[in-house]
Amino acid sequence: MKKTIITVVGKDAVGIIAKVCTYLANNQINIEDISQTIVQGYFNMMMIADAGESKKSFNDMACDLEAIGDEIGVKIRCQHEDIFTKMHRI
Amino acid sequence: MVNIFEVYETNKMIEQEKLDVRTITMGISLLDCADSDLDNLNKKIYDKITGKAKNLVSTGREIEREYGIPIVNKRISVTPVSLIGGCACKTPEDFVTIAKTLDKAAKDTDVNFLGGYSALVSKGMTPAEKNFIHSIPKALASTERVCSSVNIGSTKTGINMDAVKLMGEIIKETAEATKDTGSFGCAKLVVFCNAPDDNPFMAGAFHGVTEGDAVINVGVSGPGVVKRALEKVRGENFEVLCETVKKTAFKVTRAGQLVAQEASERLGVPFGIVDLSLAPTPAVGDSVAEILEEMGLESVGAPGTTAALALLNDQVKKGGVMASSFVGGLSGAFIPVSEDQGMIDAVNRGALTLEKLEAMTCVCSVGLDMIAIPGSTTASTISGIIADEAAIGMINQKTTAVRLIPVVGKDVGDTIEFGGLWGHAPIQQVNRFSCEEFINRGGRIPAPIHSFKN
Repeated sequence: MKKTIITVVGKDAVGIIAKVCTYLANNQINIEDISQTIVQGYFNMMMIADAGESKKSFNDMACDLEAIGDEIGVKIRCQHEDIFTKMHRI
Repeated sequence: MVNIFEVYETNKMIEQEKLDVRTITMGISLLDCADSDLDNLNKKIYDKITGKAKNLVSTGREIEREYGIPIVNKRISVTPVSLIGGCACKTPEDFVTIAKTLDKAAKDTDVNFLGGYSALVSKGMTPAEKNFIHSIPKALASTERVCSSVNIGSTKTGINMDAVKLMGEIIKETAEATKDTGSFGCAKLVVFCNAPDDNPFMAGAFHGVTEGDAVINVGVSGPGVVKRALEKVRGENFEVLCETVKKTAFKVTRAGQLVAQEASERLGVPFGIVDLSLAPTPAVGDSVAEILEEMGLESVGAPGTTAALALLNDQVKKGGVMASSFVGGLSGAFIPVSEDQGMIDAVNRGALTLEKLEAMTCVCSVGLDMIAIPGSTTASTISGIIADEAAIGMINQKTTAVRLIPVVGKDVGDTIEFGGLWGHAPIQQVNRFSCEEFINRGGRIPAPIHSFKN
């Protein structure tokens, strides 16, 4: 199963990570790595997640997370890991 | 494992620098559709295309969703129709029925363009091919999504000057037949020398006869990404400049390679090639001209432009070749006028002439592309421009093409608006001296000496 990269970009606020993690836990999506940084004043978080055990389709997961993002005022994207590894690794 | 900065960089390219995959083009062979009965032929063509490509658009959208990279166009290219219709089509009107069938198939599969209403006449023309070429104006006027191309020369065969003469007339007729839409039909018609069999880009895409039954070709893009990368190395020497272009082209092409492989796997159709092209759009920040200006030119068209374009083209290929297992198509930098805001601005400020564009085509990936000229330009002058471009291609062993739009009723100083990806263009001055006697000679120009390599 391909890993999913979840990125959260936006203004920092209380409870962003909690909301995303709660959703992932409720849907049997395992978080393998989390990192975060501030780039040009914006909160940037990246999660590497394994949705192999989840019953959600990729599209549903992406839509749900986008909706959570809209709710808390940040942009959440889900992408397969390959787009990044292909581009940055030989 | 990927890190957050790499993820940030990729997403910045997509969101802010307009990185996209410009097209997934499915090449479909129609060779097995040939039939002596016109109705049967049309039915077979329609069934083959809609069968093979029924999931093309939905698969493209899926990939777009899962990788988060836009795939702007999903398209189809088919075997040159002049070859398929030769047996059934006795008149140009018969060929037009095939164009309409292709248009319907394109609409029903939801692709935005379908290429391959084409003829390969680089050495000679059969009667069927002549009929076919005569059908082009009506075919383009009576369809929306069909694109046409004619290959009139190659390094191996020389230039078919009879076809060059004919194409000058056909471009004029097409302009007239589509005058209500700003002679837009001509934007869907390309005249090639050394046309590639596996080009995924319109309007010149067709599925060559050396190809398999179906194939997936992908065209990448990303002028904005290259421009942004070069902003960071302002004032540095050429070594640094070239390395930056190369590394950026590598990353852009890797995205294309990934999309191509995924599409090929999901559709069960073999992967053909990735076309490493910098294809501009009229959107701000998606311009090849801006890259050249970022290198240090006040405006595209200034002395130094050809050198800047040459190095850009070469570095794009060097970076891209390593990123993909198969490259092909046109691969390089496109320099269409109407589809690139930086080029339009350069023409408007008087910096970029048709002659300078011709010089640039010696080192870019294609040719004189999307250039609007006065509607009063004669057919022989258009043929002369085609012959010049074909000569550049033939001698330099590269693909060259001409896509001129002699806009009926417009003259230098006017502008024509095509809309969307096609952009808008100022009408450009054409040299007023005649080449009619030269074009009227007929026959063909022999292949150059360096083509005899056996």
